[in-house]
Amino acid sequence: MSKSEVTTTKKKKLSTADIAFYTFNTIFMAVFVIVTLYPVLNTLAISFNDGLDALRGGIYLIPRKFSVKSYITVLKKDDLLVGAYISVARTIVGTLLSLVTCAILAFIVSRKNFLFARHLSLFWVITMYVNGGMIPIFLLYKGLHLTNTFWVYVIPGMVSAFNMLVIRTYMNGIPDSFEESAQLDGAGYTTIFLKIISPLCKPVYATIALFVAVYQWNSWFDVMLYNRMSSKLTTLQYELMKLLASVTSQSTSAQSMKNSTSSITPVSMRAAATIITMLPIVCIYPFLQQYFVSGLTLGGVKE
Amino acid sequence: MAQQKKDKLSNIPKAEFVKQLKRQWVLIVWSIFFVAYGLLFYYAPLVGWLMGFQQYKPKDGILHSKWIGLEKFRSLFSDATYLGVIRNTLAMGVINLIATTIMAILFAILLNEIVGVKKKKVVQTISYLPHFLSWIIVTGILHDALSGSGIVNELLLRFHLVPQAVNFFAHEEYFWPIVAFANVWKETGWNAIIYLAAITAIDPSLYEAAAIDGAGRWDKIRYVTIPGIKSTIIILLIMNVGNVLNAGFEIQYLLGNGLVQRVSQTIDIYVLKWGISQMDYSLGTAAGIFKSAVSIVLILICNEVAKRHGEERLF
Repeated sequence: MSKSEVTTTKKKKLSTADIAFYTFNTIFMAVFVIVTLYPVLNTLAISFNDGLDALRGGIYLIPRKFSVKSYITVLKKDDLLVGAYISVARTIVGTLLSLVTCAILAFIVSRKNFLFARHLSLFWVITMYVNGGMIPIFLLYKGLHLTNTFWVYVIPGMVSAFNMLVIRTYMNGIPDSFEESAQLDGAGYTTIFLKIISPLCKPVYATIALFVAVYQWNSWFDVMLYNRMSSKLTTLQYELMKLLASVTSQSTSAQSMKNSTSSITPVSMRAAATIITMLPIVCIYPFLQQYFVSGLTLGGVKE
Repeated sequence: MAQQKKDKLSNIPKAEFVKQLKRQWVLIVWSIFFVAYGLLFYYAPLVGWLMGFQQYKPKDGILHSKWIGLEKFRSLFSDATYLGVIRNTLAMGVINLIATTIMAILFAILLNEIVGVKKKKVVQTISYLPHFLSWIIVTGILHDALSGSGIVNELLLRFHLVPQAVNFFAHEEYFWPIVAFANVWKETGWNAIIYLAAITAIDPSLYEAAAIDGAGRWDKIRYVTIPGIKSTIIILLIMNVGNVLNAGFEIQYLLGNGLVQRVSQTIDIYVLKWGISQMDYSLGTAAGIFKSAVSIVLILICNEVAKRHGEERLF
């Protein structure tokens, strides 16, 4: 109620310049929303269109010749199924491992009376700025026999100084009295971490879990670099990349494809695979908004 | 209370120190784990930098490979390709930083001016979407949009802006703008979060005062909002300058092709090509060392600038 009152009182006072401003703002936002959404919705339309028909072009937001064949074909491809399985696995395992270790590390360095808190903190902050580079890291993983295993996805990036810092900032905001009163009751550090601090840290844990999960889900370069030879360890994103590469190399022969009889084309298949790949994240992120917004603002640092 | 404890700690007697150690054994055991992990995965690769000064052979290892001093660096810097690659990395990094920063600020300011909480929320939710998509998906979408029969060419043709469809991926002059646009498309909403937070923190009485002085929306933005978020803008810019060289891999790798490789290749792609594909580990390492060195220098400079601004955010 009061909101509309505010709007009406504002409207009364609007000058020409203000009207120009609001018009400009509305147009800007409309263009912004269209430019952001159109490509995604267009891909969605193409994915539900008959593949051969889609090559004629002219599909915008609504499929012209509805078909779910692209999805059926994609879901029948073994590589993509393996990829989906590995993607889900690395997202779950990677997020859990990363969240648990980063939370413990943050807990340790945020204990004000821990003797080595500062040293450990510095040790980790340095890793944010000094990086061995692609080749030494590649040879290291090879030497550790991590290449061609699932673990290369989840072990190396597990502890991250950035995520630790975000959690630490949050933990620093928790009053010391919580820890002190627990200690008086005879609680050890393990109990304090599990029973006192962690329940209070749920919002920041959610933020970090989201960051890590998105990172894991979207990764493809580590697949290409370390596990290219193991088809059993491929991921959705990597399979999608291979599809994209095949489409771009064939785009010149799109003309010839029009004469083929199959109603499945690389273009429609890639559209379907793209939608499948983005679906989980698109469904989840709107509900986690408050977490990542507060997490980003809290860390005071951008990813 | 906490302060007292901390002061006590800095000059604890030995007996007390041992007692503390005993009480904190859980923390210490975990610390040992985290130090071991960090040494293995973050510090050990730094030893690999020695390869940049060797003619590294996998069968000899770092201990027995032949030392060649700066030879690899010399051959790098006499290679016109590598010099071009440095230029590309720097140019795209700087263009992207400027473009994404300006767009994020503009978006944050305008979003803040939307009347109606619901409308604002919807636009904002949509604006985050591209951040969560992988570069694979984003480049796929770009390929579609910019292809011969894509929406961009269709619009250009319909309004008679071009005589025939433009092949955007075949011309060098389009590559950097396409990369900048892709970055803006993907990150504007996300980057705006922090600016929006800064705008929300501005004292509302400043706007009221401005309104009493007869300021319209434009004036309020110019004289209240922008000065209010200036320090946030400066800090974020400074922090990101240090990362300028890191911003050049995925999209360039995925979008680049033989026709534009003179302007599309970045340092990381060069390292991948020579280090991994050609197995010249020493050359790849040397190219990577140079990148790290420049990055560290940039970060140190930025840190100094940040300190002068009265902000100590980096170290």
